[in-house]
Amino acid sequence: MPAASQGAGAPARPAAITARGWGWRHAGRSKPAVNALNLDISPGERVLLLGPSGAGKSTLLHALAGVLGDVNDDGEAGDADEAGSLLVDGESPRARRGHAGLMQQDPETQVVLSRLGDDAAFGAENLAVPRDAIWARVHEALDDVGLAHLPLDHPTSALSGGQKQRLALAGILAMRPGLILLDEPTANLDPDGVLEVRDAVARCLDKTGATLVVVEHRVSVWKDVVDRIVVLQPGSAAEDAVLLDGPPDRVLAEARTMLAAAGVWVPGYVPATRSRAAVPAAGAGNLLLAAEQLAVSRERPRRSGFRKVPPVPVQEGLTAQVRAGQALAITGPNGAGKSTFALTLAGLLEPVAGTVSATLDLSRGAGIDPYKWKAEQLISRVGTVFQEPEHQFVTGKVLDELRFGPRHLGHGGERVDELLERLRLTALVDANPYTLSGGEKRRLSVATVLAASPQVLVLDEPTFGQDANTWAELASFLSELLDAGTAVVSVTHDAEFTAALGGAELRMAAAEAVAP
Amino acid sequence: MRQQLTLRGNHALLTRANPLSKFAAVVLITAVLALSIDWVSASVALVFEVLLFPLAGLTPSLLWQRGWPLILAAAVGGWSTSILAPDSGRILLDVGIWSMSEGSLQLGIGFLLRGFAIALPAVLLMSCTDPTDLADALAQKARLPHRFVLGTLAAMRLVGLMAEEWQTIGMARRARGVGSRGNVAQRVKATLGQSFGLLVQAIRRASRLAVTMEARGFGGGPRTWARESTYSVLDVWVLAGGVLVAGLALVAAVSAGTWNMVWLGS
Repeated sequence: MPAASQGAGAPARPAAITARGWGWRHAGRSKPAVNALNLDISPGERVLLLGPSGAGKSTLLHALAGVLGDVNDDGEAGDADEAGSLLVDGESPRARRGHAGLMQQDPETQVVLSRLGDDAAFGAENLAVPRDAIWARVHEALDDVGLAHLPLDHPTSALSGGQKQRLALAGILAMRPGLILLDEPTANLDPDGVLEVRDAVARCLDKTGATLVVVEHRVSVWKDVVDRIVVLQPGSAAEDAVLLDGPPDRVLAEARTMLAAAGVWVPGYVPATRSRAAVPAAGAGNLLLAAEQLAVSRERPRRSGFRKVPPVPVQEGLTAQVRAGQALAITGPNGAGKSTFALTLAGLLEPVAGTVSATLDLSRGAGIDPYKWKAEQLISRVGTVFQEPEHQFVTGKVLDELRFGPRHLGHGGERVDELLERLRLTALVDANPYTLSGGEKRRLSVATVLAASPQVLVLDEPTFGQDANTWAELASFLSELLDAGTAVVSVTHDAEFTAALGGAELRMAAAEAVAP
Repeated sequence: MRQQLTLRGNHALLTRANPLSKFAAVVLITAVLALSIDWVSASVALVFEVLLFPLAGLTPSLLWQRGWPLILAAAVGGWSTSILAPDSGRILLDVGIWSMSEGSLQLGIGFLLRGFAIALPAVLLMSCTDPTDLADALAQKARLPHRFVLGTLAAMRLVGLMAEEWQTIGMARRARGVGSRGNVAQRVKATLGQSFGLLVQAIRRASRLAVTMEARGFGGGPRTWARESTYSVLDVWVLAGGVLVAGLALVAAVSAGTWNMVWLGS
């Protein structure tokens, strides 16, 4: 390979991974996260890691990055238990920290510093690369990920999610790692962002030849980038952690049904969902909520000294109708203000201009403006499920969480048992909501909002990062609700989800860039 | 809040000075002013500080936008001093328990000007100093441990994020039926719950950020700095300016006979 950049040091050698009977139990847990892992990855291989949640995929990536668990002064695991050996290029990953680049899911925490160039330089600085070489590497890396058009002092807070992930990749590339580890790097991104990041990764791998291990349950995104798929299964002492291993086409052909059953999004697979009893004609169903000439913004009126300055709306002139038994999908590119619009419609944000009005069927004496309703009045009329379930947890137990709404409304929890049953939460009633898996949290957050029996349900990106099983359950459950006469408004990028629910689509155009 | 963490668009002269020299100058001026409550030293310092506005890229409207709480606090402090301080000289105003005399008014004005004069250098410093540059200077020049300095800098970025998260959690909880409107007890309870939610999110974010930083090799070992923190001739001028303003304020007050050490009393 030709020296890609003079003066910036030679590119690192692609790394090899060897696991022999490796296992890991997190401190304070009774069951190991990974058990008896035997795996060899040769230098330059590109591996997609699949498996049900709880199979220890993230644990393995963290271990390979050398950032796993408590480490005592001797560099050994503290409270946690480690078994067997896991080596990168024949060494313990912990001793080689910084030689493998790790990208995680949440774009906000993949950025460390406030200026673009500084952030890309951060890893190289930590590896004590000489100053001139750092800047050569930074320019090259930013160019490779397609961010070279931005100035080095561009504020990182102004980047989109996809750009933040690409910047994280640049920061990793500037470290010249022989191993790149991606932990669901695109789970929080819209479809454009997903491709943006995937293509940048593929380009960089072609150039550096680094070894890749990526965890992601949307197989189609990575299928053509990787040359091997490894399927893990949850740890048990008796069986090997690796369930299947081979070239993508073979693994997908052999195990398509099994993977689909485990909730993996295998290419070309759309899980079956319940279809609606009868799709009502557009305009049928009682009108519940109407938005007219609405201008929306997340910002509150700003105070400039004593003056109140209204915020600059992210969108204006929005008109929509929400009808009983009808689905409304709000779609459009990132940053178009879809969530902001939905939250304004749901009475959680104050309109900047225009009106949101509830009809008498919905308001039942509470007044016309949902934003002015008291919290108790709101939840029995309009329920909102946020993108991040944890934002909505208000108690320490799943059962209390479900009873919370009905108790505040002063009626019994008739629906609680039914919802527990229907959303498969019965076995979890005593669990702490924060300890649930991603899919369980999503189901719980939907159930808690529905426990208050709202007539309108608003969902913000309900399918983001969900596996195929949770996805199908959610879509089927919502179609039942629609048949029962609930109005469902969902903000989504997910065309299959929109299709599964049917109903009207409100496509929002990209917001015009407004200078701050 | 998040925009204020970088200095984009401000190309004023003082943005190029080393943050440490600016900091030293500010400490010097505030230390002298803190010693005495008198209007002469405060007004002399204040005049110079206002003259420095353009050099720091600060305008009166920006000052009001960023510093209005400080300005109001100084005004309230001055007002209450002038009515509550022991009276001396002619009585100017007497309404029930409130009375203002020549002596107390003078003290009040001194207090007000001093409040401005002490607050302004900090606002000036903030408006022409990028936090990243400050961190570079603290780690490279002041030799503070880089783990601590860079950790704080990275955490500051999360503070802005948390402000947005606070709003989202507030809405998310309202959607669960937790009212943030209502009587005082209800509001306090709602705020406590919301704070807990924010705390949980802050800890999650912080630990993910820590993993990101560790994976990029951040730790105790030796590291290099992509941006070198340097001193230049400008920094000599900044320091000299600090000494000059502090010195002139002191000399003016002593020669006018108003120098009034706080701990000696009047």
